[in-house]
Amino acid sequence: MADVIPAKPRPKPFSIPRQPMPEQPPQVRIGNFREVPFGLTPDLAILEATRCIQCKNPQCVKGCPVSVQIPEFIDLVAKGKFIEAARKIKETNALPAVCGRVCPQEEQCEMPCVLGKKGEPVAIGRLERFVADFERVTGNVEIPGVGAPTGKRVAVVGAGPAGLTVAGDLVQIGHDVTIFEALHKPGGVLMYGIPEFRLPKEIVQAEVDYIRQLGAKLECNSVIGKSITIDELLDEEGFDAVFVGTGAGLPYFMNIPGENLIGVYSANEYLTRANLMKAYRFPESDTPLNKATNVAVVGGGNVAMDAARTAKRMGAENVYLVYRRSKKEMPARVEEIHHAEEEGIEFHLLTNPVAYHGDDESRVSAVECQKMELGEPDASGRRRPVPMKGSEYKLPVDTVIVSIGNGANPLVPSTTPGLDTNKWGNILADQETGKTSKKGVFAGGDIVIGAATVILAMGAGRKAAAAMHEYLKTGSW
Amino acid sequence: MFPVLESKEIAKNVYLQRIRAPRVAKKRKAGQFLVLRRTDDGERIPLTIVSSDTAEGSVTIIFQAVGKSTTEYARMKPGDAYLDVVGPLGLATHIEKFGTVVGIGGGIGTAPLLPIATSIKQAGNRLLSIVGARTKDLLILEDEMRAISDEIVVTTDDGSYAKKGFVTTALQELIDRGEKIGLCIAIGPVPMMRAVAEVTRPHGIKTVVSLNPIMVDATGMCGACRVTVGGTTKFVCVDGPEFDGHQVDFKELVMRNRAYLKEEKEAMERIEHKDGKCMGGAAVPAGGGN
Repeated sequence: MADVIPAKPRPKPFSIPRQPMPEQPPQVRIGNFREVPFGLTPDLAILEATRCIQCKNPQCVKGCPVSVQIPEFIDLVAKGKFIEAARKIKETNALPAVCGRVCPQEEQCEMPCVLGKKGEPVAIGRLERFVADFERVTGNVEIPGVGAPTGKRVAVVGAGPAGLTVAGDLVQIGHDVTIFEALHKPGGVLMYGIPEFRLPKEIVQAEVDYIRQLGAKLECNSVIGKSITIDELLDEEGFDAVFVGTGAGLPYFMNIPGENLIGVYSANEYLTRANLMKAYRFPESDTPLNKATNVAVVGGGNVAMDAARTAKRMGAENVYLVYRRSKKEMPARVEEIHHAEEEGIEFHLLTNPVAYHGDDESRVSAVECQKMELGEPDASGRRRPVPMKGSEYKLPVDTVIVSIGNGANPLVPSTTPGLDTNKWGNILADQETGKTSKKGVFAGGDIVIGAATVILAMGAGRKAAAAMHEYLKTGSW
Repeated sequence: MFPVLESKEIAKNVYLQRIRAPRVAKKRKAGQFLVLRRTDDGERIPLTIVSSDTAEGSVTIIFQAVGKSTTEYARMKPGDAYLDVVGPLGLATHIEKFGTVVGIGGGIGTAPLLPIATSIKQAGNRLLSIVGARTKDLLILEDEMRAISDEIVVTTDDGSYAKKGFVTTALQELIDRGEKIGLCIAIGPVPMMRAVAEVTRPHGIKTVVSLNPIMVDATGMCGACRVTVGGTTKFVCVDGPEFDGHQVDFKELVMRNRAYLKEEKEAMERIEHKDGKCMGGAAVPAGGGN
């Protein structure tokens, strides 16, 4: 009689700690542009998935802007059904490999997780990333069938997170979708902004390819507002509806002395050169960045962390992050701040640049900083930084990356009569539907709400797509 | 892909190309530019659109082979293609009835001047042109400019052809003979534009210059092309390329255009090395004189 092997008892959820994701050690990764975390292994993923207690009324789903069916997909992971899990996510999220990497899960799906009340929440983001990668790497990406052609044509302006979501949703219903992208590659901020070591471009390309395989057409090098106007799309090119997802593409500067010295970059320029134009491969690629030894990054958001960590990898010996509030107020994700600190980024907190000084070739040679102290809370609820008189000091630098945010790019609003904007130039659009002041034109993402996150843009795209489908079906505005 | 339909050298190291790009051809207006990229590792190079043919769906550009990218462009033949052509970008020239307009083109700057001068002439203005170059070999578009001008003065710095001297001398002569100039438009090397602005300033002659700073995306997203105009920072790609010549901080523009001199030289040396021949002294900043 054969021995009966007792079934391995499923461990009690609360007894398993949150599984860490293996990653490149800091000293190694600052020498390359490869992705920092390696991702979970199948064993770790299953173990992590078994931590989920499958709540009857899952709060995590409510925390997700695109309502991914989280307990369902995690249950499939726990059973080792990784491909099925990936498809479950894709029912509501066309870009899981991206979201698993760049979503701020700690303030969305993972924040309300019941396990987080006593210990650490289920690592939802890491699991999402794992199954999306598993599906792609094993060649199991399946293109689902799409609805019968509706005969309606939709133009999506901007191939970033919002636009790709709209395109994916509408093409699946059966609409004829064309995406217009200004740059030579699709992906928007996923391609030009977020660095390779945080989001490999191969993955962005794969997710864009998925949307195209669903049937969406893509026209790069099309600057809407210049190459074609919104009115021309509607009146001459035969589109029935337009979605504007052009992002927050107008870098802010501080208007302080010396800001136009050589070596002072906007984060957009620095990151575009490094990511989209592959300056880290210069001279194999044609677009350069000046070689820098001491770099100051101004700002405390995710983009500032990306810029600082990129500068380190570009060979800078010292990278200073100059931020006017304290670490607690930093808008960057905790994980990004942690990674930056690990990589030796030196934080100059409660510090603000007041001027840049240059050498006789007009190259930046120093940033003049002023110490700040925190005063009363401002409109954002954060304590307002107040300059401390006489606290000025000079930091020698040869590159400065200004990363204090982006305004709305005016190319579309300024060339579209009847499209209303607020005083900052953001397009006015209904939060639930994305409807603008102009019939047939919808908008969402950073061009509406100002610089935010990938997933919020995708959430706006999801809502707009539903409203656009309704409009295309009924014709009522 | 955007195929090259025609490519020829029209002056020493200066090339004219006709490229198929129907959308750009259909929309472009005088004063606007496009961005080119040849290969997937290529940089984005902004160049003024000289003319377009909507029937053929083509645009014409003229450029000087000064850096790695433009040197590679110069070697392209009909049938070769650019990977990317984007445009038209920038604001079109503001055209109205100014009366007498002086159009000044220096060196390769005559290429962007031609379409603007043509539109100005078509709007019923009297067009006095000054076309200059360092030396005879570098003079371009003389016949084309002559055909649209009520009067034309051609200059070479070294006197190797036509009138010896700078374009500013010719301009001063027009002012001195009492021409009532409603607008002066000057396009060429930055020192030339600055000199023209200094000639017209004391006479209160409105002077427009077209700037050619370093750009990356050329859609307002990166700010590489920022320039100070009247004490305010402007992005040339979306606010320009044309500005009031009396307000532009030319000194800053000159220095910003030198930002990647070292890297340009490195890139240039690489292709020279690859070719096994020396092209000699060609390492001047990309985008110089679009």
